[in-house]
Amino acid sequence: MSVDTAPMTSGTAAPAVGRAVFHRLLLTVGPIVIALTIAGLILLAVGVNPLTYYGYVIDRGLLSPTGVQQTLTRMAPMLFLAAGLIVAFRAGIWNLGGDGQFLLGAVTAAASAPLLVMVMPVWLALVIAFVLAALVGMVWSLLPALLRAYYGVNEIITTLMMTFLGVSLANAMVKLVFLDPGTTVPQTRTLAVEDRLPRLFDTTISSGLILGLVAVVAVHLVMTRTAFGLRLRVVGANPRAAVHAGLNVPHLTIAVFALSAALAGLGGAVDILGVQGNVRADWNPAYGLLVIPMVFLARLNGFATIGFVLLLSVLSIGGESAARRIGVPNHFTLVLIATVLIVLAIVEYVDSRYLSARRS
Amino acid sequence: MTTETFTAEPAGIPIVSLEGVTKRFPGVVANDDVDLQIWPGEVHVLLGENGAGKSTLIGLLSGLQQPDEGRILVDGKPTVIASPRQALSLGISTVFQHTMLVPTLTVAENLLLGARWWRRPDKESLRASVDEISRSLGITVSLDAYASELSLGEQQHVEILRALIRHSRVLILDESTSMLSPSGIEELGTLMRQLVERGMAVVFITHKLREAASFGDRISVLKLGRKVGEIAPDRFSRLDEDTLISEFVEMMFGKRSGDPEDVPRVPHPDLERKAPVLAVRGLGVTPTAVAPGLADVSFELRPGEILGIAGIDGNGQKQLADALAGQAPIDSGTIELDGRPVEGTPVHARRDAGLRYLTDDRLGEGTVGSFPVSINLLLKQIGDAPFWRRGIEQRAEIDRRAIQLMTDYDVRAPGPHTPIGRLSGGNIQKVVLARELSDGAKVVIFNKPTYGLDLANTLATRKRIGDIAVGGKSVLLISTDLDELLGLCDRIAVMSRGRIVGIVQNGDTARTDVGRLMGGLAA
Repeated sequence: MSVDTAPMTSGTAAPAVGRAVFHRLLLTVGPIVIALTIAGLILLAVGVNPLTYYGYVIDRGLLSPTGVQQTLTRMAPMLFLAAGLIVAFRAGIWNLGGDGQFLLGAVTAAASAPLLVMVMPVWLALVIAFVLAALVGMVWSLLPALLRAYYGVNEIITTLMMTFLGVSLANAMVKLVFLDPGTTVPQTRTLAVEDRLPRLFDTTISSGLILGLVAVVAVHLVMTRTAFGLRLRVVGANPRAAVHAGLNVPHLTIAVFALSAALAGLGGAVDILGVQGNVRADWNPAYGLLVIPMVFLARLNGFATIGFVLLLSVLSIGGESAARRIGVPNHFTLVLIATVLIVLAIVEYVDSRYLSARRS
Repeated sequence: MTTETFTAEPAGIPIVSLEGVTKRFPGVVANDDVDLQIWPGEVHVLLGENGAGKSTLIGLLSGLQQPDEGRILVDGKPTVIASPRQALSLGISTVFQHTMLVPTLTVAENLLLGARWWRRPDKESLRASVDEISRSLGITVSLDAYASELSLGEQQHVEILRALIRHSRVLILDESTSMLSPSGIEELGTLMRQLVERGMAVVFITHKLREAASFGDRISVLKLGRKVGEIAPDRFSRLDEDTLISEFVEMMFGKRSGDPEDVPRVPHPDLERKAPVLAVRGLGVTPTAVAPGLADVSFELRPGEILGIAGIDGNGQKQLADALAGQAPIDSGTIELDGRPVEGTPVHARRDAGLRYLTDDRLGEGTVGSFPVSINLLLKQIGDAPFWRRGIEQRAEIDRRAIQLMTDYDVRAPGPHTPIGRLSGGNIQKVVLARELSDGAKVVIFNKPTYGLDLANTLATRKRIGDIAVGGKSVLLISTDLDELLGLCDRIAVMSRGRIVGIVQNGDTARTDVGRLMGGLAA
């Protein structure tokens, strides 16, 4: 998997660039079309008209007014997670612990915000809740970070394991420590609707969407335009060259984990402070693992990531409605995304074989 | 040419014979018109420096590679050795320098690998045949031990055993002694003698002159892909060891006439009177499982001086360069640059102080292949003004700098934004040269600077190294090419097993002195 495909070149001949962009577009859109066809055949096999299903998903996820508002609102936490993944993957670090970091950030925000609003202005309470969530996310990534930086322990395993622990810890905290004494269902205190992140204009879209977009764009610019981002990319693309160039690889590794996990924690906070208002026990949306394929489909490009997160959001909102109305299980969304990824990998392989064959 | 050899040889035909074999890789001719016969009952020593083409020759014999020209005859019949499997079925087994046993399997399991997949592994008959073979050879091998528990010598015994179980007729031992203790080497010598007495042919590859003389029956010397000499068994047995060794040295290190790579050395007078710019004292690095260490390395480098580091590859040269550049921690010793200790400072501080390092691994370590030339030119200055201001990339400045350096160093690339991995080796080398030599270089460490380059780029790089020294900078030139060192250096240090075993003043006797030190003998 090539980690660094972002165009750093500019100003070469225009037709060549045009062709390259078209080629890239074809390589991205083509697999999606093929995957939709394959998934359509699966739908046919289970007796559902694929056109009805797709039409319904698009209608409920993108075209109907309530659907599109839900879709845009759901993008916020996913965008934060995606931003965290872009940082990590560009630096060659596989932080797969996003869900644990996300959920602990969410619980932190849910536990702190209702208490903070009682003693300080709402805006300050929200800012502090965000900061706390980011810090908790960072702390949860510290162990994998240190193990990776100083002992070379594979972070895929450690971050995944920390996610199991993090999800369980978050649940335990909800049930044991931050339980709302006012209700019988196990959940945290609820942040009053008027204290949550403001909605955009006259819609139900949470302003968390803006924060998420800012996070992704900021991460994209940091990674492509700054010295810090370049250092991280050098570490990711060629760790030996990073040592040769005198970069402090362990420190950069820890910085990557901290940033990535903080963004995941913020993702948890934005979902709570903007939409949910509290964390119920056993709540785990598992957005983190869903977002990973989107980030790869976007080839770690921030702007493309926004597009793919929108797609994921449409599919998941539309898919939830379709599950209720057409009876296709909710998990079919995952089948669709997985098919896209597999087709994408195959197309990529065929394309590189074709290119190298043509060159020689 | 073969008929002549045939009449001069003992009765019969060679098991394997190479006729005019040539193998090219991009930019290098690894084997150039090589003739070689492998006879039963003989230990055929292949002697040559790094890059002489020994490994390629083994690759051809073991079916890993195919010759571009010439042919290979097995039992007198032209044969294509298409794969390692086919080489084995023809009776050619190879024991590589690094053993190829699966560490998590037992010896028996390792020996049973490679059988037909539908057959049940037959441990009983294996045990019987191993017993018989090991008894007759006088070696003991525990079939139930895990491969990872064995010493390197024992692992080699297992591999030799595997060759015998497969009824191999030719056993190729690729630098098998490089990892062995002195007693292990003696044992291997005895074993080879026993194998050839059974009628096998052994091809023994080594750098070490003494081993070549004491274990061989016939010797072929390779140099830069060409076979430059052969001593047949009748003559081999008549000569005593010292005469043999001096003949080896002459063949391996002897001067070529009319060599385009020959550069007249410009002596640098008055070196002795200048204060050293780099002083290294008692440098020590602990060896690891995969890399040799350094022990008590000391030398001084004066302004305008070129000090060569000669030695067989993998004797600590890379570790020395890494330690000097600050890429690897040291355990003991001091490094003084301009009289200031720098052993505790990080890479970029040493670079800022004028210590520059051109790594031998241009693509693996020196550059990031997917990044543009412009960024690779600044790889060691990320974040520095004027290319970054408050951490923000200044593309115009970066491009201007890149275009200027590319012009100055004649880098041929479509543009500064071309990924450096798409350039040729020579152009990548120019980018690295431009990066390291610009802006205040004082001491430049070159690690194998011409490795893998074509002739024109080799000559250009050597000229640049000479020019640097004429300009008053100091050069530490690590190379495995003795002619390169003799052409450029003022003094040549020889490294062996992480130590400097001698420093030779470049002059008329330097060639043989360094050659003897490299071959493991006192100068």
